[in-house]
Amino acid sequence: MGKTLAEKILGLKSHSEARAGDIVIADVDLAFVQDTTGPLTIRQFKESGFQVLAKPQQTVIFLDHAAPSPNAQLSNDHILLRRFAKETGCRIYDMGEGICHQLVAEQFAKPGDVILGSDSHTVTAGALGAFATGMGSSDVAVALALGKTWFRVPESFLINLNGNFPQGVYAKDLILYLIGQIGADGANYKALEFGGEALAQVTMSQRLTIANMAVEAGAKVGLFPSDKITQEFLIEHGRGDGYKPLCPDAEANYERVISVNLGQLEPMLSLPHSVDNVLPASKVKGVKIQQAFIGTCTNGRLEDLAIAAEILRGKKRHPDTRLLIAPASRQVLIQAMEKGYVQSLIKAGATILPPGCAACLGLHQGVLGDGELCLSTANRNFKGRMGNPEAMIYLASPATAAASAIRGEITDPREYL
Amino acid sequence: MPDLVLKGKAIKLGDNISTDDIIPGRFAHLRSNLPELARHVLEDAMPEFASRVKTLSLQAEGEVILVAGKNFGLGSSREHASVVIKMSGVSAILAESVARIFFRNAINRGLPVLLCDTDKIGDGDELEIDSTSGMIANLTSGITLNCSKMPPIMSAILEEGGLIPYIQKHRDFVITS
Repeated sequence: MGKTLAEKILGLKSHSEARAGDIVIADVDLAFVQDTTGPLTIRQFKESGFQVLAKPQQTVIFLDHAAPSPNAQLSNDHILLRRFAKETGCRIYDMGEGICHQLVAEQFAKPGDVILGSDSHTVTAGALGAFATGMGSSDVAVALALGKTWFRVPESFLINLNGNFPQGVYAKDLILYLIGQIGADGANYKALEFGGEALAQVTMSQRLTIANMAVEAGAKVGLFPSDKITQEFLIEHGRGDGYKPLCPDAEANYERVISVNLGQLEPMLSLPHSVDNVLPASKVKGVKIQQAFIGTCTNGRLEDLAIAAEILRGKKRHPDTRLLIAPASRQVLIQAMEKGYVQSLIKAGATILPPGCAACLGLHQGVLGDGELCLSTANRNFKGRMGNPEAMIYLASPATAAASAIRGEITDPREYL
Repeated sequence: MPDLVLKGKAIKLGDNISTDDIIPGRFAHLRSNLPELARHVLEDAMPEFASRVKTLSLQAEGEVILVAGKNFGLGSSREHASVVIKMSGVSAILAESVARIFFRNAINRGLPVLLCDTDKIGDGDELEIDSTSGMIANLTSGITLNCSKMPPIMSAILEEGGLIPYIQKHRDFVITS
């Protein structure tokens, strides 16, 4: 019988048959932590009794969630992380370099890798064909010590994509639509595997957006096969030798097949306080927003900023709507400056935040007030997510966020294209 | 599954309790001070949770069992969510379903999580969990529920009290069938 992508990768990395439902021990190619889960990971590592990292050069610390630090306690956590990097010889990306998942995509992930991060959106690297998944601090601590971890090989859902995105409709709209269909726990413990003839038109930036949100349907991983687009992305980032072809077998066994015609999608939003509470923009438009936030590991890439800049160029944000923009990495920021996007956005009234997680998780840089409503390009709208349980978060694409910032209310971006 | 026989009272929560409900991100600055962090457990979802657990564990002779609906612990990978629930005095979690990362995190911290039809359990019900037989007796309603089995590796980790004690003992993962 043929194998899914998940079975293939875990089979190779565990040197076993690895069929859905099996428990395997797999080699970990990259293990990383970020600044809000890293300190506990370090404490658990030290308590485990191991002194050295199994793979120091494949262990990475990212300071992105609370960077620059908003208070002394988090600054002290940063000191702990920097000291651990010096002690163990692992890699560290300090504040301002960007969001862990973006940097993993730009600099580390490649087809067939197993990647563990102490962050749920580690699934982002599935866009490059890596079996990438989030785990807690203890699991990552043990992976740092042993260079491996245990998995239950997941059953897979095949998401079959056909057609082309209409104007004004993007990867974010697709993944919000899918999560609405599957439900926030509909793919719990499963792998989402993307396929279909539309893949040849889905860019790496879009794939990263889609894979990033697989976890919002409960999935363990969101996997794309590798292809010409994967290879070009790796070459562009100086890692062409990491490419290898990887696709599921034709006769692989899927627990469920979901087909989507991209041509029939429209701009979508997730409404408070659940990511699977999804409606088309046409049904939500007119709702006043006090803040629009464009960025995060979901939608802070160059392509996202290009779309926002195109809509906002020569226009102004609504006076009652703050517009925050956080590029996903230093490289994204530099390229957005070179291409003039940053100038267009600043002239339109945007506040540019440093590369990092920014307002996404409620620590700093755009915490909402009581009763305020934010339209965010992030991946989560749970109650309290942006620092205040009395606030409301809607999720949408960068185009919808940009158009809504101009009008001060939720707006269908197709009105501006 | 390790032998777990536990008698206690239920505190019932609803569906889709996220890790942001359990311990909001805005308290990230307290993550290196777990006792302080634990004071905020579930404070947005059930503000009286911490004091209820404390009251129950003082008065009842049994334990406190957190009972939830579907998809408990969805969201972030923050292991702190399972840590603060355990620190609050909860001895076990029963849910209809549990999000993947939280499930591992709870077991890794020695906090048992069992899946069963929690619709049949009300707030304040007295429960007796017997993991050896896979049965949960609702002593209040008289109903008996079947609970899920976990993979042997998770049982072994739970038996040692969590992943770190497991690794201290075995120095590696040991797969038994």
